[in-house]
Amino acid sequence: MSLTTAHSVVVPSTTSKRIAAVLIIAYALISIVPLLWIFATSFKTPPDSIAYPPKILFQPSTEGYCNLFTTRTRQTAEYIASLPPATSFCDEVTRKRNMVIAGPSNFLPRFVNSLIIAFGSTFCAVFLGTLAAYGFSRFKVPLADDLLFFILSTRMMPPIAVAIPIYLMYRELGLSDSALGMILLYTAVNVSLAVWLLKGFIDEIPREYEEAAMIDGYTRLQAFWKVVLPQATTGIAATAIFCLIFAWNEYAFAALLTSGTAQTAPPFIPTIIGEGGQDWPAVAAGTTVFLVPILVFTILLRKQLLRGITFGAVRK
Amino acid sequence: MAEIRVENLRKEFSGFTAVQNSTFTVDDGEFFVMLGPSGCGKTTTLRMIAGLELPTSGRILLGSEDVTMKRARERDIAFVFQLFALYPHMNVRKNIGFPLLAQGMPRAEIRKQVEEVARLLRIDHILDRPVSGLAGGDRQRVALGRAIVRRPLCFLMDEPLGTLDAEFRDLMVHELRELHNRIGATTVYVTHDQLEAMSMADKIAVMNHGIIEQFGSPREIYDRPRSMYVADFMGSPPMNFLPFHGGLARGASTVSVNGAEIAVPQIREDIAPSALALGARPEHIRLDDASGLRGEVLGAEYLGTTQIVVVRTGDGLIRARVPASDHVRTGETVGLTFSGAYLSLFDTASGRAIETALYEGAPHG
Repeated sequence: MSLTTAHSVVVPSTTSKRIAAVLIIAYALISIVPLLWIFATSFKTPPDSIAYPPKILFQPSTEGYCNLFTTRTRQTAEYIASLPPATSFCDEVTRKRNMVIAGPSNFLPRFVNSLIIAFGSTFCAVFLGTLAAYGFSRFKVPLADDLLFFILSTRMMPPIAVAIPIYLMYRELGLSDSALGMILLYTAVNVSLAVWLLKGFIDEIPREYEEAAMIDGYTRLQAFWKVVLPQATTGIAATAIFCLIFAWNEYAFAALLTSGTAQTAPPFIPTIIGEGGQDWPAVAAGTTVFLVPILVFTILLRKQLLRGITFGAVRK
Repeated sequence: MAEIRVENLRKEFSGFTAVQNSTFTVDDGEFFVMLGPSGCGKTTTLRMIAGLELPTSGRILLGSEDVTMKRARERDIAFVFQLFALYPHMNVRKNIGFPLLAQGMPRAEIRKQVEEVARLLRIDHILDRPVSGLAGGDRQRVALGRAIVRRPLCFLMDEPLGTLDAEFRDLMVHELRELHNRIGATTVYVTHDQLEAMSMADKIAVMNHGIIEQFGSPREIYDRPRSMYVADFMGSPPMNFLPFHGGLARGASTVSVNGAEIAVPQIREDIAPSALALGARPEHIRLDDASGLRGEVLGAEYLGTTQIVVVRTGDGLIRARVPASDHVRTGETVGLTFSGAYLSLFDTASGRAIETALYEGAPHG
């Protein structure tokens, strides 16, 4: 065998690269079609959204977004005719359906609740997780292995399995339907993931860096802050994304424990359906807006996310 | 600058003793090397001096101050790590200035001092580069710069040349020694490489299994090894040992090794018959056809000016360093003779060197 025809054992051949590309593209298409469909629906009019056969090409309309952010009341044609001319697009489409805008909907406050609860709990989980992971990684913690296993064991059942005790407990403690309660709950669920992920990342940072800093005249806390944390940013970012995705998308606890002031977007969005018929464009618009923050966050941190998934496998 | 005194230092980790009752003094301005194989306790000793580990018992004095239980940052020392531990998220300038920042020095002053040190180490042209792209030698210089910039009482170095390639190593050995001569700071240097130790040290401590086997100048350690371990560890190829059984009498100048009478430095103690060994460095063995100690040549390693000839004798394999001009053929039988004044005798059971005239005048380790 001559060397020129021998193929490398580590570099994939062109054929296998092509097969991989086809598979990835196929998978990406399958995953993205529902999202694209939701996005398209959010710009349809209600009749277009339920048309059969489904419309691929349609006249885009922001009616769904108007309906998402407003509440409307049905009025008589005479009353609508007596009103001054419509000042905005939303007024116009609403009147066409024999309705007038009565005020803003609850979507915006629910969305803000989601932001506060998801980012708040992510911050808490990552903060506590980083400190715990550093402790487990660097100090001789009595029963460290058992403690780590205990932390992991909290993930061994679906969190919703403890829904009823938590529901009763929250009612007693007055945490039901409060942002604080939801932040505490999501932090508790996420902190185990954060400890385990971050411990892996911090284990990879050689102790010599902190030792060097401590010899250079810093306390351990200063060394942690100035030397360990900057090197753990990749791991912290990856962990933060995982925590955020969980807290942002969580439905079951949110539906159970929040109903009013602290309700998050996931349990709110389905309730849109009930207002004035099956308003699919409004539901789709709500879903689209709901997807934006996580999309932005993931795109901003995608490199870290990739390293988070492959962590441990690749050394710098 | 200060002397370092280590008294009865001991460190136990769960289940095993890393360092056993070490006592030594490093004089002010001395370049002291702790030498030994991995796991011998040299790095643990260094880390205890640095304050990165606390001793189980014993005392450490820096200058006149007892620092045994003080934190690393409260001891005025600098440490150069094996892998340098340059902070990857800072550039060269910030790395070198980092210890000064901890002291709360004004920025302008830090800048001035960092540049001064960079000039001394000839790295002033890379000050604003990130440390990740630096070559091994430059990383080493940055690590040294970070150590020097604080003007500490002493420098501690943990195999700082271990990761460099051979060419750079020679260069850095030279640079390190030159730097030491210029700033004269007390230095404790840990290595497993005897050549590094021999070429840099004022004093060497050879360690094995947590025990300091011998403490002395490179010359003492090489020429007058106090134990079989030291004799074997130092030198390449190491010392030859000819095992024999017999007793020794004070005042004798020859020993009988398996029937052959061999001249040795005058013996200074009486030894009851026991298992002993005669130690001879390869360079103290000559080819001599008249000698009674004969053996078959197994091979010769040509080194340019000398060659190492391996001979199989009745006493085992013997390596002799002979001039490259000697003609030796594999398979032929040659005679070997020793330079009697340089031979050592050991008690095989304890590994201890037997007192002879060789050790006279030499301070005890």
